[in-house]
Amino acid sequence: MLINIVLIPALLGLIALVIPWKKIRRGLLITGGITHAIIIACLAVYPKSPVASGAWIGLDSAGLLFLSITSILFLAVSVYTTGYLGREGDRKVLDSVEGFLFRNEPEAIFIACLLFFLASMSLVCISHDMGLLWVAVEATTLASAPLISFHRHHRSLEATWKYLLICSVGIALALLGNYFLAYAGHGKIHLRFDDLISGATSLDHAWLKASFLMLLVGYGTKMGLAPMHTWLPDAHSEAPSMVSALLSGALLNCAFLGIFRAHCVLTAAGLGRFSGELLVFFGMLSMAVAAAFLIRQTDYKRMLAYSSIEHMGILSLGVGIGGLAGTGAMLHAVNHSLAKGMLFLVSSHLLFIYGTKKAGDVRHALKKTPLTGVLWLVGFLAITGAPPFGLFLSEITILKGILDSGRWAVAVGYLLILAIIFIAMARIVLPMAFGLPERETSSAPPVKDYREPVWLAGPAIALAAAVLAMGLYIPAFVWKFIGQAAFIAGGN
Amino acid sequence: MNTWTDIFILVLVLADFRLLATSRLAAVIETTVLQAVALSAFMLTLAEKPWPLLLIFLSLITLTVKGAILPWLLRRAMREAGVQREIEPIIGYSASVLIGMILLGLSFIIFIPLKASVSAGSAFLLPGALFTTLTGLMMIVSRKNALTQVAGYLVMENGVYAFGAALAVEEPLLVEMGVLLDVFVAVFVMGITVYQISREFDHIDTDRLSELKD
Amino acid sequence: MNIMTSIIHMFLALVLSPLLLGIINRVKAVFAGRRGQPLAQPYYDIIKLLKKGAVYSSTSGWVFRLGPVTGLASVMVAIMICPAGGHGGLFSFAGDFIFMAYALGLMRFVTVLAAMDTGSAFEGMGASREVQFAVIAELVLLTGLAVLAAGTREVSLAAIYSKLWTASIPPLGPVAVLIAFAFLIVLLTENARIPVDDPNTHLELTMIHEVMVLDHGGPDLAFIQYGAALKLWLFAALLSGLAIPLRTGQPMTDMAVNVAGILVTAIIVGMIESAMARLRLLHVPQMLVVALSVTVAALLWILR
Repeated sequence: MLINIVLIPALLGLIALVIPWKKIRRGLLITGGITHAIIIACLAVYPKSPVASGAWIGLDSAGLLFLSITSILFLAVSVYTTGYLGREGDRKVLDSVEGFLFRNEPEAIFIACLLFFLASMSLVCISHDMGLLWVAVEATTLASAPLISFHRHHRSLEATWKYLLICSVGIALALLGNYFLAYAGHGKIHLRFDDLISGATSLDHAWLKASFLMLLVGYGTKMGLAPMHTWLPDAHSEAPSMVSALLSGALLNCAFLGIFRAHCVLTAAGLGRFSGELLVFFGMLSMAVAAAFLIRQTDYKRMLAYSSIEHMGILSLGVGIGGLAGTGAMLHAVNHSLAKGMLFLVSSHLLFIYGTKKAGDVRHALKKTPLTGVLWLVGFLAITGAPPFGLFLSEITILKGILDSGRWAVAVGYLLILAIIFIAMARIVLPMAFGLPERETSSAPPVKDYREPVWLAGPAIALAAAVLAMGLYIPAFVWKFIGQAAFIAGGN
Repeated sequence: MNTWTDIFILVLVLADFRLLATSRLAAVIETTVLQAVALSAFMLTLAEKPWPLLLIFLSLITLTVKGAILPWLLRRAMREAGVQREIEPIIGYSASVLIGMILLGLSFIIFIPLKASVSAGSAFLLPGALFTTLTGLMMIVSRKNALTQVAGYLVMENGVYAFGAALAVEEPLLVEMGVLLDVFVAVFVMGITVYQISREFDHIDTDRLSELKD
Repeated sequence: MNIMTSIIHMFLALVLSPLLLGIINRVKAVFAGRRGQPLAQPYYDIIKLLKKGAVYSSTSGWVFRLGPVTGLASVMVAIMICPAGGHGGLFSFAGDFIFMAYALGLMRFVTVLAAMDTGSAFEGMGASREVQFAVIAELVLLTGLAVLAAGTREVSLAAIYSKLWTASIPPLGPVAVLIAFAFLIVLLTENARIPVDDPNTHLELTMIHEVMVLDHGGPDLAFIQYGAALKLWLFAALLSGLAIPLRTGQPMTDMAVNVAGILVTAIIVGMIESAMARLRLLHVPQMLVVALSVTVAALLWILR
């Protein structure tokens, strides 16, 4: 039953690759999303027995948490994609930045790769063996590379090449980490997660530390931790918005799962401080780098990308500190994915109407497209941690956790960077929503209808509502999941 | 057995130097084939006789994938992109070989304190594997031709694989196959991307892929 | 160290070395489908040159006349240390391989000085190229000898070569192959053979070694050619002593095997010359650096 979350999307993807009918293909995409969501809902509502030890795949609370985020986001994205392909699918498109005409990738490949992407991310979430986890993470890289180069022009190819190469190198290092981990067990302990946890005290410490370092660097590349983040802004700015939403909202979380599992093993072996310190360091570094690059950012999609880097840093920081901050970090993962997904979907409409990615050329969105403008502002408030949205709650939980552990310097740095990012993003976003319409760009062909199509408005409003809801009231079962997920890593 | 393992590791290390010194793409691809042969050979010589069937099977699969299929993919990409030589690299060839020597020395030095904890069949296995990984990394970083970077990724995987063999890691068959499959698909996707790049840009000089920046 | 063997070896070296040049030329001719020069042609050339007189330009001084004589003397001294496959030369002492390298260096030094003393830019250009290659080649030679010294735990050439393939040291295995390869490259470089330098070229831009000795004539040229032959014998002796894994313990047999190996080396050099073209000037240092990397790898191997 569990393996179906991987097999069904993969199978649908294969079918989508070969059939020639457009409408059926798009229908397959939505079917895949809905089926996936239904299975996840069943698994969440009817809790299964604990994972059999020695099993390769299994669903524990952390996996279920990330899996549900992925599923919700994919559902929203699949609705959006159907409409998007209907509008932009096969014709030649005018490039917004340089003004040349380009064609898009064949739809079959795009839809198939989206489904393969879903399948591989699901496999990451349910794998209980570090080797299988590695295979799945590498598979996500390979499945998402064609997605980034959907627009066939030189900038997206450049972004795809950077993404492929940097992530593949990182993941090769992660494989080295796997081997070090196996060696730390002197070949007697398999890389199954449960075996590692139960046999953790007999692992060799030196090799375990080396292994964690490799895994952190390797999966951290995929996750977007500085200084391995260089592929992220390019990939997010050149990929179509729904791909960016999936990358930011789902993929980065799944990559984090790899690091999280390793952190759990080290905690069980008594080296929790070592891995925690490394996580805190990389987390702070990512936040600082993101803040530095947000300050004079001119491209609003790159702004969203750097914001992803910042939030991944917060996630890493939270889990590194542990305790209450760990719980906050899990909550943060959920909120960030919802908010970021919504922001990317909204930004695609801005791109469509204004025809430019430069924030300086987008003005008066509130007047021109009221719904988009409102959602854009709402998204900005949500992502920078303003109440009453969910991220405020999670960031303050993390702050409380940091203060509880007595790390004053970290707390001060955390708050300072969050403040800097708020100001930097406000400088970019507020003029876009409110500014006066003196500077109209003329690079886009005049759009007849500024209203958002329903396939865009629907998912975006749904996601926004979810973020608001998470800020106002968190259902008990969600708290339970988050608590369980954090508990594995020493949270409470 | 020990001498044979030594010989194959020596072949691996010498192949790395060849990779650092050459500018011809065809030579790079041939050398990766040589490395694949050396890898699958010392997978066998490390184990004790009689060799389990599984090991022989794995060794053959490694040889086929890394020694035949992947080079074929690379050669096809080379043909379609129409390039044969490396573009002027960031670090010159002689300098690369000299740096390679320093890296080899470092690899040996790093493993001196870990001597007691390594029960590998040969004392050169771990330094050789580390050196191969570093060579792959150097190729990716210092070469501009996209195909050389793909070959560098392959060499890096070879090095990591050698680590796996050296540390006597017993992964289940499924995971080993998964790893190989992943590498295969990775090179496949990279090859396609190189083709797209060459069609779009009329060159595969990654140093000139520098439009996206802050 | 059998004195008789060493004296016979030295005698053979002095007499048979021009034959090596003849063998190389013959092999090249055979590959080209010609009949080629007689095997003893280098002897005839040397004798002919000795009978001639020499012309000295007024721009050159005593350095120019010193070059060939000193060069020949130094290479003869080096031959006295050269091991004969398992047995030492006439002299052997601790660290004599460094002395040998320096003797050869002295030969190169005076040749270069003589070339520069002619006052012509042409010879200077050849001298600079030759020295540029020699920088790396000497390093490769010394590192290779260091590897052998580390492997046999001895510091004298005679002792190194006598212990090389015997049972008293752990087997060298692949290291010997690597060092033999490096020595071959050094041989080709030091003796100005293809792929480093074409001994038959007449084009100004492609000459390296030939151009340094372009202005010498008569007995000077005879000394230079004879010295070059002795140098070739020296390197070939080093190479064949390393590459032939045979040590019977009988001095005469070992020496005979070594001499046979030297002649085979000449044939191999001839084959290499026929099969390859000369490398571009930029690629020669790269080839030498590769040889250096091979020796360094062997050194790290041996030192463990």
